[in-house]
Amino acid sequence: MKDSKCIEELKKEFDAYAEMYSPEGLDREEQIRMYSIMWLMRKFEEAVKPLWMANKVHGYYHPYITEEAIATAIITQLKKEDYVGSTHRGHGHLIAKGGNINKMMAELFGKEEGYNKGRGGSMHISDMSIGMLGASGIVGAAVAPAVGSALKSWIKGTDDVTVVFFGDGGANAGSVSESMNMAAAWKLPVIFVCENNQWAIATDYARITGEPDLYKRGIGFGIPSCRCDGYNIYQIWETAKAAIERARAGEGPTFIECKTMRMLGHHATDDSWYRDMSVCDKYWEIEPIKRMGEFMVENKIATPAELEAIEAEAMKKVEASIEYADTQCHEPSPDTFYDYIYADGEVIK
Amino acid sequence: MSIITLRESITQALREEMALDENVFIMGCDVGLRGNPFGITKGLMNEYGEKRVIDTPISEAAFTGLGVGAAIAGMRPLVEILYADWITLPMDNIVNTAAKTCYMFGGQANVPIVIRAPFGVGGGVAAQHSQNNENWFVHVPGLKVITPSTPYDMKGMLKSAIRDNGPVICFEHKRNYSMKGEVPDGEYLVPIGKAAIRKTGTDCTIVAYSYMTYVAEAAAIELEKEGISCEVIDLRSLLPLDYDTVMESIKKTSRVVVVTEAPLRGSIAGEIVGEIIDRGFDLLDAPPQRLGSKNSPVAYNEGLEAMCTPKKEDIIAAVRKTFE
Repeated sequence: MKDSKCIEELKKEFDAYAEMYSPEGLDREEQIRMYSIMWLMRKFEEAVKPLWMANKVHGYYHPYITEEAIATAIITQLKKEDYVGSTHRGHGHLIAKGGNINKMMAELFGKEEGYNKGRGGSMHISDMSIGMLGASGIVGAAVAPAVGSALKSWIKGTDDVTVVFFGDGGANAGSVSESMNMAAAWKLPVIFVCENNQWAIATDYARITGEPDLYKRGIGFGIPSCRCDGYNIYQIWETAKAAIERARAGEGPTFIECKTMRMLGHHATDDSWYRDMSVCDKYWEIEPIKRMGEFMVENKIATPAELEAIEAEAMKKVEASIEYADTQCHEPSPDTFYDYIYADGEVIK
Repeated sequence: MSIITLRESITQALREEMALDENVFIMGCDVGLRGNPFGITKGLMNEYGEKRVIDTPISEAAFTGLGVGAAIAGMRPLVEILYADWITLPMDNIVNTAAKTCYMFGGQANVPIVIRAPFGVGGGVAAQHSQNNENWFVHVPGLKVITPSTPYDMKGMLKSAIRDNGPVICFEHKRNYSMKGEVPDGEYLVPIGKAAIRKTGTDCTIVAYSYMTYVAEAAAIELEKEGISCEVIDLRSLLPLDYDTVMESIKKTSRVVVVTEAPLRGSIAGEIVGEIIDRGFDLLDAPPQRLGSKNSPVAYNEGLEAMCTPKKEDIIAAVRKTFE
């Protein structure tokens, strides 16, 4: 149950805090679907660290844990043809777009059956068949290319929209501002979503940012901009709904800052020695899955037993993905070393 | 056949490809209303509209990124960098996104973008409008780098580049823009990755590209008078690079001089000489010669600017050295 004293304390320091509410137009079925997707993200992310420790996966892996509400509330409202530009913390974005976790797990295992045939790994997960333009290993660098997909929609006159994610760290990359300007100038169908988890790798964003309200940057470019409580799936859903409608109608971009708090290390093996993690204790009280579950039970949208079954189902799917990646997939053949460097099978050594 | 300038050959290539494929569009600073500083895109905005010839803000990093993303999404963007010197600004989007997406995504996405960049020394425009930075991109697997020097090649190769399903950077020497040449009236393509022999010869091979091809040809004409017969190869494409043509020529001549207008240190001239040695050291009767610009920024002052780049006389001296 909720620790109300803790919440009162939290409200004092977390200025984005917003009470949960049932937005108009969000039916029970869709809420259950969103809740299930959040659990799938959580279980997937929780499974990876032990796999890393067991040497099954390697390299860098950035968990999306406690940011699940953002991708879920926004991306589940998109159609298949819409585009999503992702970040290095991108597993959740792919799951929300309807990606296949078996192929994602196989990619983390570095296997030929993985999304990127073992060439990309965690930081470059992509699924072009569902408009998932891929994660990027360079903070802020995926924003301009993602806005490029919105440029395509604008040139072609389609009603496809693009949602592009970046963090408080990425927000400080120059090409992000340049892209926002062009999106505003041409009214491109794009939604800028700043997942402000307040930590740029190992630096508190407040130490490196003059204006802590990052959504105000959008205003400077003439883009309608607002801030959401990044743990409040309902507020984000309603905000995103309006933004997506605006973009689809050709009315241009929206900037949504979803403020949250990074509650784990930057990547799986970062022990966060540089910060006081006890600050996060209060935030665990409003982590998005717990919070949505409590709201749905309180408002009789779902029973605790139903929610437990959803969690168990997510766990089963993730376990199956591990089984698939570990036992049914293959190492890329050395014969394919030069594949995919150039298009159409061309090899230039 | 008609005789046109290299500048006009680019316009023709753009116009034809835009008419053939509605996914082709142009973006860059001043490409629309002004028609680019060299007049290359003049009139195209009127023909194809403001959404296919897009005047951008001066935001090279991001508008190149937009082009890369549009290409990933299925368009065929032609992104123009006003001067190749400023390609440093979108370097990240070219090197880390355009060049690597197909590979990193396991072949799921292609990036059919063409980046046009006027480069090279000349005109007293000093150190930030004169560079030869084509070498940087030859080092990046996933890119193609072309340097056509005649109107015929420019038109045919640019059309091939637009139809290529991967990223191609086209370096256009500003001194070549007014060069004239014959171009067929009908449709034709010139493949990327094949060198051209500009002059046949038997005694020494001169490997050059872009403006330096013209300088090399002038040197070869002088040397002919002395009885030294040079074969001049215009590489046309630096990545991929046609070593078969280079080695065939060396089999015949046993001598080679490699010329670039880029500062010599770390340039492609050294790479080409290295490859020649790997492939056919035994074919050589003399140490291979490398020529490039002095390792200096390009000066504004006319005399200092002229001192920077290889001249006809330098090439003649290098060829003679292979006979010492």
